[in-house]
Amino acid sequence: MQAFAALVDALVYTRSRDAKIRLIADYLRATPDPDRGWALAALAGTLSIATVKASAIRAMAEERFDPLLFRMSRDYVGDTAETVALMWPDNPARTSPPSVAEVIDLLNATSRARAPSVLAELMDRLDADGRYALLKLATGGMRVGISARLAKTAFAQSFGLSVDDVEEVWHALRPPYAELFAWGEGRADRPNLANSAFFRPFMLAHPLEDSVVDLSEFAAEWKWDGIRIQIAATGGETRLFSRGGDEVTAAFPEIAAAFSGVGVVDGELLVRGDVQGGEAASFNALQQRLGRKTVTAAMQAEYPVFVRLYDILFDGAEDMRGLEWTHRRDRLERFVAGLDPVRFDLSALIEARDFDHLAELRGAARETAIEGVMLKRRDAPYLAGRKVGLWYKWKREPLVADCVMMYAQRGSGKRSSYYSDYTFGCWGEDGTLLPVGKAYSGFSDTELKWLDRFVRTNTVARFGPVREVEKSLVLEVAFDAVHESKRHKSGIAMRFPRISRLRRDKPAEEADKVATLKAMIG
Amino acid sequence: MWIDPSQAVARALVTHGHADHARSGHGTVWATPETLAIMALRYGTEMGTPVPYGDGFEANGVKISFHPAGHVLGSAQILLEHAGERVIVTGDYKRRHDPTCAAFEPVACDVLITEATFGLPVFNHPPIEDEIAKLLDTRAAHPDGCVVVGAYALGKAQRVIAELRRAGYDAPIYIHGAMQKMCDLYEAHGVPLGELIPATGLAKGELRGGIVVAPPSALNDRWARRLPEPVTAMASGWMRVRQRARQRNVELPLVISDHADWNELTETLLELRPSETWITHGRTDALGRWCELHQLKARALDLVGREDEDEG
Repeated sequence: MQAFAALVDALVYTRSRDAKIRLIADYLRATPDPDRGWALAALAGTLSIATVKASAIRAMAEERFDPLLFRMSRDYVGDTAETVALMWPDNPARTSPPSVAEVIDLLNATSRARAPSVLAELMDRLDADGRYALLKLATGGMRVGISARLAKTAFAQSFGLSVDDVEEVWHALRPPYAELFAWGEGRADRPNLANSAFFRPFMLAHPLEDSVVDLSEFAAEWKWDGIRIQIAATGGETRLFSRGGDEVTAAFPEIAAAFSGVGVVDGELLVRGDVQGGEAASFNALQQRLGRKTVTAAMQAEYPVFVRLYDILFDGAEDMRGLEWTHRRDRLERFVAGLDPVRFDLSALIEARDFDHLAELRGAARETAIEGVMLKRRDAPYLAGRKVGLWYKWKREPLVADCVMMYAQRGSGKRSSYYSDYTFGCWGEDGTLLPVGKAYSGFSDTELKWLDRFVRTNTVARFGPVREVEKSLVLEVAFDAVHESKRHKSGIAMRFPRISRLRRDKPAEEADKVATLKAMIG
Repeated sequence: MWIDPSQAVARALVTHGHADHARSGHGTVWATPETLAIMALRYGTEMGTPVPYGDGFEANGVKISFHPAGHVLGSAQILLEHAGERVIVTGDYKRRHDPTCAAFEPVACDVLITEATFGLPVFNHPPIEDEIAKLLDTRAAHPDGCVVVGAYALGKAQRVIAELRRAGYDAPIYIHGAMQKMCDLYEAHGVPLGELIPATGLAKGELRGGIVVAPPSALNDRWARRLPEPVTAMASGWMRVRQRARQRNVELPLVISDHADWNELTETLLELRPSETWITHGRTDALGRWCELHQLKARALDLVGREDEDEG
């Protein structure tokens, strides 16, 4: 546990991404199984201990400490786990500190009612840093500025593997990832994953920007404004995954139930809207269904969902990803024909004579659920991540960019108590975020409340009235134009930027680059 | 007659040399000889009556004496005695060992006016040996860079240097120009600090593998850009709380404080058991609550303009 505590502490105080990767990689190489596997899960956000909830920590604290002194301390520190770790008296008769694995085993073996006393016994065996790491481990949320992708990258680097290869098997494995480490150390083959329904990394698109493509080489289809979803079905079980690989089956049970095929397909989850005459509704309608652990029958009826399919990764057990898009498309068309048309349809191809004609069709598209056009190379295989020259997204006006929130300030007037003014940035050449603009409109009051809470709970530094936040929230920003600006470090400024959408589903590292915005200067 | 007045007055008793206790421009100052020397260094010549530890004098029928507080060189508690009643003003104090100043002396009293800078139960300062070991480990792990330690120029800087020496670190220590005179003053008062070299004006190469001590304000300043791949450390009791350290861009937090932590504050109250405690400077609410739980009579004494976290 001390090694893990030292890692957690070092990560808290390290800002550079490369340095964080090195710290994690060193730990993973030096630590035995299964400790390192549990630690990796904690960092990647895949560790969950059912018996310990945040309330267990509070219950444990209130039993030990005067409630008033605890509250004053909690208010000052701003983090319950850290407050308890610091207030907890050092046990002079402290014996051997527990290993990470011992902590996990003990907590998994207990009941929710007994968990606070089990935790308390563990606290007595640790110093302040160890207690902090223990409470963070037990409750999930590490909050050390590590994304799942970064944790996987660190694992891959520790053992000289490619992160894409790790990504491919990651979602089929469970903590403490013994098979993964065995493979990494060359003690075993890559894990065999037949007969399990798990997530495969999505193929992603680059913005088209000013390029022109030849439609004999590229197929065009609409870019639908829903959420990207993957359906994996073995015949025995069917699971749904969001863009980041999180399982969302429970939020859309009607989709999983209706899926009768075997294989893995890629598509866009949309709500069928009445105003659209049964066509796809706006993203806002879909938002009603997002972020729910379970869903009522009433919600299912009010916001009926369906999946518009783009691609097929596996047809039965056959891996289609190495085949050209043209072949996959043929297979997909046959595959969709066998599915329930109420829940599944095919993303139609756009018939355009040439690129200019396509631009005309794109300009004329008025459906709210159309976000633009996708261009896919006809001879391209299905590859994880974003590979140059294969897929392009060509978004419709207004200009939009996915930016990362960097700073927030309180608004004025009716928003005076809320953090409602946001400075956001895009990625520079050297991998750092550079501010590209500031916006204080475009969101609903409900979204404002959520944003305000996000700012308060993710503050990493304060500069007078300005709060710097954890760089984890992607904001889709709409704007009329981009122009050069000497006032900003990024060299650009936006005209009339507004928040068009909160992209809570999108990892920060996939936000747009400054170069992308520069290319929009017109 | 005032104690640590925040504006210039005719007659002032000063507990120690930190700027929020020792202002310039008073008519007459009573303080320890060390504190007067510090004030003279900071403010130019200042009229003052030195009162060594243990000595006393009378004013307006009140007997006034100075006793070691263990905070920084020359820091004192002030004892006021009148008609058999004894009042102690602790000033800033700590109970831990500190090679740079006289150790705190518990003085029996009826009324204790105590500081409470770290008056929250989350503040339990670890042994300084652990923190110095962290500093030395970090230095050893960065042979091509340096560790720059933010430390308040009066007291903290000299204590960090003296503790490094006590841990056996005898290489030259590089110091920010603003600290030179204070370090000289400490040495002149019998606190050996070993070889100190001004960091300013040295080539980057000379600082590699070294330890640099600078005021906290210099850490994020242009001054720090001259340092070779610096790891930024900060020596302060506030470093106990992770977000506080992160907010100040600190990479190596060193929990080293010249103030009493929660245990020292509460244990001192239990040891002295004054019939009444007045709490000032810091978290008066939490220490007041603790007194209530322990059936000690206490009240908050609110003073304005008394927050300078760099001194933690």
